[in-house]
Amino acid sequence: MVKRIPILFLSLITAPIYAEMKVNMPLGVTPLSHDIYWLHMTIFWICVGIGVIVFGALIYSLIKFRKSKGRIAEDFHEHTLIEIIWAVIPFLILIGMAIPATKVLIRMDNTEDADLTVKITGYQWRWKYEYLDQGISYFSNLATPANQLNNKAPKNKWYLLEVDHPLVVPTHKKIRILVTSNDVIHSWWVTELGIKRDAIPGYIHETWARIEKPGIYRGQCAELCGVNHGFMPIVVEAVSPMQFAEWVKQQTQGKVTFNTDVKLTLSKKELMGRGETAYDTYCAICHKPEGTGMPPAFPALKGDKILTGKPGDEIAIVLNGKAGTAMQAFKNQLSNEDLAAIITYIRNAWGNDDKNKQGPHAGELVQPEDIALAR
Amino acid sequence: MNSIEHAVDQHAPYNSQGFFSKVTRWIFTTNHKDIGTLYLWLSLIMFFVGGAMALLIRAELFQPGARIISPEIFNQMTTFHGLIMVFGVIMPAMVGLANWQIPMMIGAPDMALPRLNNWSFWILPFAFALLVSTLFMSGPAPNFGWTFYAPLSTTYGPKSTDFMIFSIHLLGLSSILGAINIIATIFNLRAPGMTFMKMPIFVWSWLITAFLLLAVMPVLAGVVTMMLADRHFGTSFFNAAGGGDPILFQHVFWFFGHPEVYILIMPAFGVMSEVIPTFSRKKIFGYKFMIYAISVIAFLSLLVWAHHMFTSGIPLVSELFFMYATMLIAVPTGVKIFNWVATIYKGSVTFETPMLFAIAFLFLFTLGGFSGLMLSIVPADYQYQDTYFVVAHFHYVLIPGSVYAIMAAIYYWLPKWTGHRYNERLGQWHFWLTVISTNLTFFPMHFLGLAGMPRRIPDYALQFADFNMIATIGAFIFGFSQLLFLINIVRTVRGKGPHVSNQVWEGAHGLEWTLPSPPPYHTFSSPPTIDECK
Repeated sequence: MVKRIPILFLSLITAPIYAEMKVNMPLGVTPLSHDIYWLHMTIFWICVGIGVIVFGALIYSLIKFRKSKGRIAEDFHEHTLIEIIWAVIPFLILIGMAIPATKVLIRMDNTEDADLTVKITGYQWRWKYEYLDQGISYFSNLATPANQLNNKAPKNKWYLLEVDHPLVVPTHKKIRILVTSNDVIHSWWVTELGIKRDAIPGYIHETWARIEKPGIYRGQCAELCGVNHGFMPIVVEAVSPMQFAEWVKQQTQGKVTFNTDVKLTLSKKELMGRGETAYDTYCAICHKPEGTGMPPAFPALKGDKILTGKPGDEIAIVLNGKAGTAMQAFKNQLSNEDLAAIITYIRNAWGNDDKNKQGPHAGELVQPEDIALAR
Repeated sequence: MNSIEHAVDQHAPYNSQGFFSKVTRWIFTTNHKDIGTLYLWLSLIMFFVGGAMALLIRAELFQPGARIISPEIFNQMTTFHGLIMVFGVIMPAMVGLANWQIPMMIGAPDMALPRLNNWSFWILPFAFALLVSTLFMSGPAPNFGWTFYAPLSTTYGPKSTDFMIFSIHLLGLSSILGAINIIATIFNLRAPGMTFMKMPIFVWSWLITAFLLLAVMPVLAGVVTMMLADRHFGTSFFNAAGGGDPILFQHVFWFFGHPEVYILIMPAFGVMSEVIPTFSRKKIFGYKFMIYAISVIAFLSLLVWAHHMFTSGIPLVSELFFMYATMLIAVPTGVKIFNWVATIYKGSVTFETPMLFAIAFLFLFTLGGFSGLMLSIVPADYQYQDTYFVVAHFHYVLIPGSVYAIMAAIYYWLPKWTGHRYNERLGQWHFWLTVISTNLTFFPMHFLGLAGMPRRIPDYALQFADFNMIATIGAFIFGFSQLLFLINIVRTVRGKGPHVSNQVWEGAHGLEWTLPSPPPYHTFSSPPTIDECK
């Protein structure tokens, strides 16, 4: 690995490396990723072979036929047969490449006889996983804390590649994966599964995987989808079918619902605590943990006139989003409790609750009931 | 340019006394040499603008974590870097070369449509002003990448997107008018005896490029107009909720976009076919096959657009068709590379700066071709698509391909245009710094892409840190090395450096070398006689 020597040297003087440095595509853990890897390496070596011949001839000519060595140019500039030969040989090599590629592609296209179907929906900027047969559905958000993004805390091993709720799937089962999007085009990509599928709003495309090895596999959104494109990772946890069945049982028992009819009153402390956590997961990526936003695209919440006024308008904005901006509707993403907590938090944090400065309504609480009414 | 002093022809020498007449000379000029100069300066300025944006991007990616620019600005920079490098640097540079060279190479007095020529150029500064003005507006500037995929650029696009749309309309208009002019010139103004099969390959490559421009620029105008209608007039071309399809955008965009990359590279092929024979002191090998190869590439380039969309869920049959068609392009491209190597073979080679860039082109463009071939294999493309592997691929074909060719062309023809030899030592320094830093910047990107780093992300996982750091160091060396290029050009244009003969290069052939250096303001007012041509 001569290539890696300067890199290793450089790494001595840079930040410590947490993960092993990779220079090639991983072999992966599905039949498709194996096929892809094999194709990739075959083509790579064919290219290397052609490269050796072409570059060899070029280097030879450049060394041998220098004017400084007293070479005088010969006069030949045409040869039809040789032109035909060096058009036909590459053509034959290409046919040799196309045959295995076609076979693999046809195999990839076959999503029949699946044991499990998962629907994946891209949102700006999180993924939603739905197990259609099991009735499980949840969102998966970036779990890297903001202070690591801002270099205020040391970055952990899986910086930007960690989520709060991974996609859990069984090993040795054929999983049919349906991919779509709620807003703009995203792309669901996990290298080790050999899957990259664009999430197109309004259309569903499918692919499949059969994971042969339990483990945790990480990926990222691969299609530019707006400002936080780099912050919507994918984590797939492959467990044995037994563990998977166990997991399904747990999920269906403690099912997340949006409690649209439950009437509950929470204390300010409860609301603020829950609100801060939910805010950091759902809101902080644009509006920033300090509530300063990124104007003009993402307005500051600190000192915002709507948030310090009578509760009402901000509830509507959080529930339904704001047309023409990146602000999306959280109606179907979060429960009444979480929404009430987030709104209470943003009404009280960063000095927004200062009645002297911000007026009489500053710091008023919002309860789940208010959200239920506004829905 | 001091071509004015040499101008002996009718209505030639502008009375360039006083500031006003100096300015109006450039605004009202219809002279192909003046307009070529304008195009080339515009391109050089935009090269530094787009390059500064690239350096901002690389500076942000020097280490993981939020560093210099916010993700929002990052996205704007990737968008502008792409748009400016494609439309503001490579295309104007190639048109500038065409303006200077085509009339001199075919023995024409000027371009066929000189006033149109003036207009094609002067649209550009306004188009770019419109585009760049969005960076200074209160809302976000276009931030969806140079490919501006719907619906990110339609339903979700910032208000300033409309400025970009009109700017692209103007750029397209300029390109179409330029292409018409080039075709008209080559068809009508060849000197007697300059038959098609005697034309220099540079002229041939531009003729074919001009037809490609005519074929696809209206399609680009169409797609941005559809965007405009979706944004403001209630249509739903790209919106599934209204019966449209976001994938339609990609089809239409890439129907323009793929031929576009060949528009950027084919004049480069032309330049190589002039430079390599000159410094090998040998005729181009397989002249006819070189022309056939360009024609076949141009034709195939219209049939491969969907290879940019393999992961978007297009049907199996389409994937197979586009895979085979894409692979086929390797055949004529290979023929070209083999012919250039055969030209060098048994030649008498010297290594002046233009030749050095041409040799680097042969090595590194071929490398970019290999990664292109790998990308054509659909299953493997599922892994490569939208990663740094793609970034590495297209920078290898665009920088060692188009940009090196432009640099080679400048070093090659600048002595002819100015009458002075550029500084060879400075040129060699520029070459070596450029070629080393190109590889330092872009080679590690192959590894990053294969290991799983998506493109267009402002921050990345820790496993990608080292290669990103190397790439950033390389990018800064590349960027600052280009100042040597600028210095060399300015020196030469201002008359520093020894005078050159008509011939300039020992091995050069073609009509432009029969003219004085610098050529008079008007050349070939009466057609030359063609005795010996390639």
